[in-house]
Amino acid sequence: MSSPPKIVIDRLGKSFGEDGKRTVALQDFTLSVDDGEFVCIVGPSGCGKTTVLRIAAGLETPSAGSVAIAPGADRGRPQNAMVFQEHGLFPWMTVVDNVAYSLEMRGVAKRERRERVMPFLDKIGLARFHKHYPRQLSGGMRQRVSLARAFVADPEILLMDEPFAALDAQNKLILQEELLRIWEGSAKTVLFITHGIDEAIALSDRIVVMTAQPGRIKEIVPIDFPRPRSVAELRADPRFGAMELSIWRMLEDEVRTARRQAEA
Amino acid sequence: MKIKRANKERALTILSPAVALVLWQLVSDAGYIDQRYVPSPVSIAQAGYDLAVSGELALHIGASLRRLVIGFVLGAVPGVFIGMVMGLNRWVRAVLDPLVAALYPIPKIALLPLLMLVFGLGDGSKVVVVAMSVLFLTIINTTVGVVQLDKIYFDVARNYGTPWPKLFLRVILPGALPTILAGLRISLGVSLVVLVGAEFVAAQSGIGYLIWSSWQTLMVERMFVGIIVITILGVLSTLFLHECERLLIPWRRD
Repeated sequence: MSSPPKIVIDRLGKSFGEDGKRTVALQDFTLSVDDGEFVCIVGPSGCGKTTVLRIAAGLETPSAGSVAIAPGADRGRPQNAMVFQEHGLFPWMTVVDNVAYSLEMRGVAKRERRERVMPFLDKIGLARFHKHYPRQLSGGMRQRVSLARAFVADPEILLMDEPFAALDAQNKLILQEELLRIWEGSAKTVLFITHGIDEAIALSDRIVVMTAQPGRIKEIVPIDFPRPRSVAELRADPRFGAMELSIWRMLEDEVRTARRQAEA
Repeated sequence: MKIKRANKERALTILSPAVALVLWQLVSDAGYIDQRYVPSPVSIAQAGYDLAVSGELALHIGASLRRLVIGFVLGAVPGVFIGMVMGLNRWVRAVLDPLVAALYPIPKIALLPLLMLVFGLGDGSKVVVVAMSVLFLTIINTTVGVVQLDKIYFDVARNYGTPWPKLFLRVILPGALPTILAGLRISLGVSLVVLVGAEFVAAQSGIGYLIWSSWQTLMVERMFVGIIVITILGVLSTLFLHECERLLIPWRRD
C-alpha cells in the first residue's frame, strides 16, 4: 500500500482511578490501519480493547497518546460511526428512524431520509419491518438494524464493539456473512472488537492480539484468505483451524492471567 | 386479535361498575339495606336526575373539573421541568433531592388551612393544594425516568453527533416518557382525593361540597350522587390518560 494509513493510533494509554490506586487499562497501543482495511482486535476480558474503540469514537479521552483519522475528500462526512453491542438501538424509534438517525442529525429532510434508507433496508431484508419498533424484532434483526445505521451514516471509519456477541451461533454466522457482503461493497475501514477467534479470522485482514491488563499489543497476525469470503466455507478450510489454534495459543496465557486478576 | 382483546378489556372496565349497581338495587329492594343510610340506586338516580335538570350538578362538576385541570397542569408542567433538570444535572439533584424528600411525604391536604391563609377562601387554595400534590410526584417520577436512561443511548447520541435540542427531544424526553406518564397517572388519583377533601371543608361548590353539604342536611341520595359522579370522573380521567399513553408511547404497546 502506497497510500497513507487511514487510522494512526500512537502509543495510546488509558488509566483509571486515583493516584494511589491507579489501574492501567491500556498501555503503549500503537497501530496503523490502511484505508479499506478490516482489522479485528481480540483479547481477554478487561484488556482495554473496548477502551481503544471508545477513544477512537471520541467517547473517552486517552491518558496518553493519540488516535488520528485521516480526513477524506468529503468533509461533510462523519469521522466515525460505531456499532454497539446489543441494546444500542433507540426503543422509541421505528426501524427506519433508527437507521436514518445520522441523517436526521445532519438535518436531512424526512422524505429524503426515507428515500435513502429504504433501499438499504431492502438490501438487508428488513424493508417490510421498517415501521416496527426494536422490541418487535429478533436479536439478529436488531443487530442488522444497528449495522445499517452505521453504514447509512457513511463515516470515514466504522467501529464495531462485539456487535454479534449476544447472538446464537447460526444467527452470528448469517450476520457475519451479511456484514462482509455490505462491507465489500463499501470499501470502508473497519476496527472490530470480538471475543471470537473464529469471527476475527473470518472477517479481518489483520488480527491484533492483546495481552491481559495492562492491555498491550502482543502480536499482529495477517489473515490472507482471498476475498470475497464465505464464512461457512472458510470454516471448513483446514488452514482456518490451524490458524485458530495458533491464535488461541497466543491468547491462552493472557486469558489465564486475566482470570487470575479477576479472582484476586 | 390483539385489538379485540383490548376492546374487551375496555368494555369490562366500563361494565363492572354497572353490574355492581344492579346487584345493589336488588339487595336494597329485598330490604337487606336500611334506605335511610344507603338508598337504592333508583332513588339515587332520581336525585341525580333532579340535580341534573336544575343545573346544580353541572355547576358542581364544572367547579371540580376546573380546579382539577388547572391544579393538575400547574403541578405537572413545572414538575416535569424540575424533574428533567434534576435528572440531567447531578448538582441540581444534590441540592433539590433533600428538599423534595422532605416535602413529598407531607399530606398536602394538611397544608390546606395554611394555603387558605395565603391564597384566600376561593378557588386559589384548592387549585394550589391539588398542584402541590401533583408537583412532587411528578418531580420524583420524571427525575427517575431521566436518571434511569441507559447510558448507551447517550453514547449512541454522541457518536452520531446529536446536537443538544435534538438530544433532548429525540432521546431524553421519549426515553423518560413512560416513567413520566406513570407518575402522572398516580398523580391524577391523588389529586382527586385531595380535591374532594378540600371541597368538603372549604368550598361553596364542587363535588366534594355537594357530598358534604348533603350529608349535613341528611339528603343522603344527593350525597350518593356526588360519590358516584366523582367515581365516574375518576374512571374517565384514568381512561383518558390510558389513551394518552397509547398515543404518546406507541413503542410500549403490546
